[in-house]
Amino acid sequence: MLNWLLLLPMVVGLLAFAVRFKPVLQGMLLFTAVAHTTLTVRLWGGEGGQEAVAWHGWLQLDAAGTLFLSITSLLFLAAAVYGVSYLRGECHRYPAGHQAVFVGCLLIFLGTMTLVCLAQHLGLLWVAIEATTLASAPLIYFHRSSRSLEATWKYLVICSVGIALALLGTFFLSIAAHRLEGTLILGDLVGQAGLLLTPWLKVAFVLFVVGYGTKVGLAPLHTWLPDAHSEAPAVVSCLLSGALLNNAFLGILRLRQICGAADLGAFGHGTLIGLGLLSMATAAIFIVGQTDYKRLLAYSSVEHMGVLAVGFGLGGWGTIGALFHAVNHSLGKGLLFLTAGNILEGYHTKAIAEVRGVRRLLPGTGLMWLFGFLALTGAPPSGAFLSELLVAAAAFKAGQNLVGVVFLALLTVVFVGMARPFLEMTGGEPPAAVAERRPQESVLRVLPISLLWLGVFTLGWYVPPELRDLLTRAAALLGG
Amino acid sequence: MTMLLEGLLVLIVLTNLLMLGSSRLGVYIRAGALQGVGLAFLFFTGEGGWPEVSITVLALVTMVVKGGVFPMLLFRTIRQAGVRREVEPYVGFTASLLIGVAAWGFASWVGGRLPLPGVIRSDLLVPTAMFTIFTGLFLIVARRNAITQVLGYLVLENGVFTFGVALETSTSFLVEMGILLDIFVGVFVMVITLFQINREIEEIHMDSSKLSALKD
Repeated sequence: MLNWLLLLPMVVGLLAFAVRFKPVLQGMLLFTAVAHTTLTVRLWGGEGGQEAVAWHGWLQLDAAGTLFLSITSLLFLAAAVYGVSYLRGECHRYPAGHQAVFVGCLLIFLGTMTLVCLAQHLGLLWVAIEATTLASAPLIYFHRSSRSLEATWKYLVICSVGIALALLGTFFLSIAAHRLEGTLILGDLVGQAGLLLTPWLKVAFVLFVVGYGTKVGLAPLHTWLPDAHSEAPAVVSCLLSGALLNNAFLGILRLRQICGAADLGAFGHGTLIGLGLLSMATAAIFIVGQTDYKRLLAYSSVEHMGVLAVGFGLGGWGTIGALFHAVNHSLGKGLLFLTAGNILEGYHTKAIAEVRGVRRLLPGTGLMWLFGFLALTGAPPSGAFLSELLVAAAAFKAGQNLVGVVFLALLTVVFVGMARPFLEMTGGEPPAAVAERRPQESVLRVLPISLLWLGVFTLGWYVPPELRDLLTRAAALLGG
Repeated sequence: MTMLLEGLLVLIVLTNLLMLGSSRLGVYIRAGALQGVGLAFLFFTGEGGWPEVSITVLALVTMVVKGGVFPMLLFRTIRQAGVRREVEPYVGFTASLLIGVAAWGFASWVGGRLPLPGVIRSDLLVPTAMFTIFTGLFLIVARRNAITQVLGYLVLENGVFTFGVALETSTSFLVEMGILLDIFVGVFVMVITLFQINREIEEIHMDSSKLSALKD
């Protein structure tokens, strides 16, 4: 089953490079997305209550992997439905070869992200995370403009260099496991964590945080993120922000899992909390007064990754809150990036000041822009409200009152900073030039967005027992 | 074997210094290739004679990719994109060399203090790896040409690999091949991007300092 999950997107993705018939390409994209989600849902029950294992334990779907894989799969499905309409609409003028590269890279990107969720061998995990960078770089360059080229270059260089440090961390981890014959299998490392050499383990943890933290977009290593997210097509931004960042975080969490088992206690918690708050503060500075709405969303991702880092750093309820927040952020941010794609297509500009009256011009899009904003920034009732509350409560419960206060203050600043542009864009009269063009919104472009919103809204007052169970198990696994 | 090992490590250090002090792109690429080949030979310095088949394959692939394919790709890029062969530095060459020497001193100092488990085959090992990593990072930030950023990335990876190979942290054949594949595809994608950069914006001429339209 795991092999299928992994091979399906990879193989179809490779095939897509050779196809030159646009409807077939779009069909391949949709088919793979549906099949991937179906397989993921079937894995939820577990095969007879057992965790699925493949490749002699190199691949295993544990609770944390299941959670991140489900987010990725669900978001990819939404993005694929949206993407088919996107490729038919705005991009029909692009040559078929162009679309083939897009669909091919998109599917391989899904395959590599799946591998990140499944990998239990930390060397394999590194290979998978670096592969996500390589598969997604051509996607950012889809529009072939000089700006997207610059974004692609920065993304490639900064992320590759960052991740190279994580490879060093992986080798250090192997040194730390000297008495375990240098194994890098997660299960062995956690099981016999007492035999690890702690100084090397600590250095490895720091390198993992710096290396994978670059990919996660934790400040001050986030500089590639606003460029890449804002220049990429909507579908890609949605996946980068909603799926990729989480998956990169999994790299850090795996090592924390080992550190927890090795009784390092609170080691690294301060680092995560500090980086988390710094990310939130950096994001807040750039969100207030931001003039480009896609960059606004990108900085919001930096902020939310900060929330995750604070939650994971606090541990206990904070871990559950952070995991839950990963779900909410992915749904909410995915929906907003897709909505931003509709707005960009209608208005032909990314400047906040030139977009007015979305509600009037594109009713469904306008509504979702507003609702999505409320859901993402944690206005009740929404899942994000609950999860941010959990993280804040964990801070106060742990006696870290200062962290709790700063956390809540930064959330408030971001909320206010984001409220103005969102309200201004939604309300008012559309510019005459845009109104004359009479942009249309198709059902396929609004439906996936609405469903994502429904998800994050529902999680605000009803968390299904299965999800609650999964969150608890994942938190226990990661050493809350 | 220790003679060979130390000889190779010295070679790696010398190529680093060469890159820090040179102003010609051609020298960078050749030094990088030499370093890659030296790195591949590190696989053969283990105790107990000839290594296993898988390691031999790995060493050969490393040699071909780092010593042959990468330099070819980079030279092709320079030729076809008409890049200037002089490197414009942010930090001067003499200063770079001095910083390099200081970094070597620092790396030796740290290397002497790291409590490495197991048998340490050469005192030069850890300092060399750290110095190479530093050189890679320095080349990325201190040179304006985008090709030197690709080379800097390669040197950085070489440094990381020196740790991996020489400390015999055998991560397994499949993973090592995966890592190599990632680096290969990475450089390939970077070079394609460079081609596009050059075609898109003629006047840039691979000057990475011109890549600064995106900011807040």
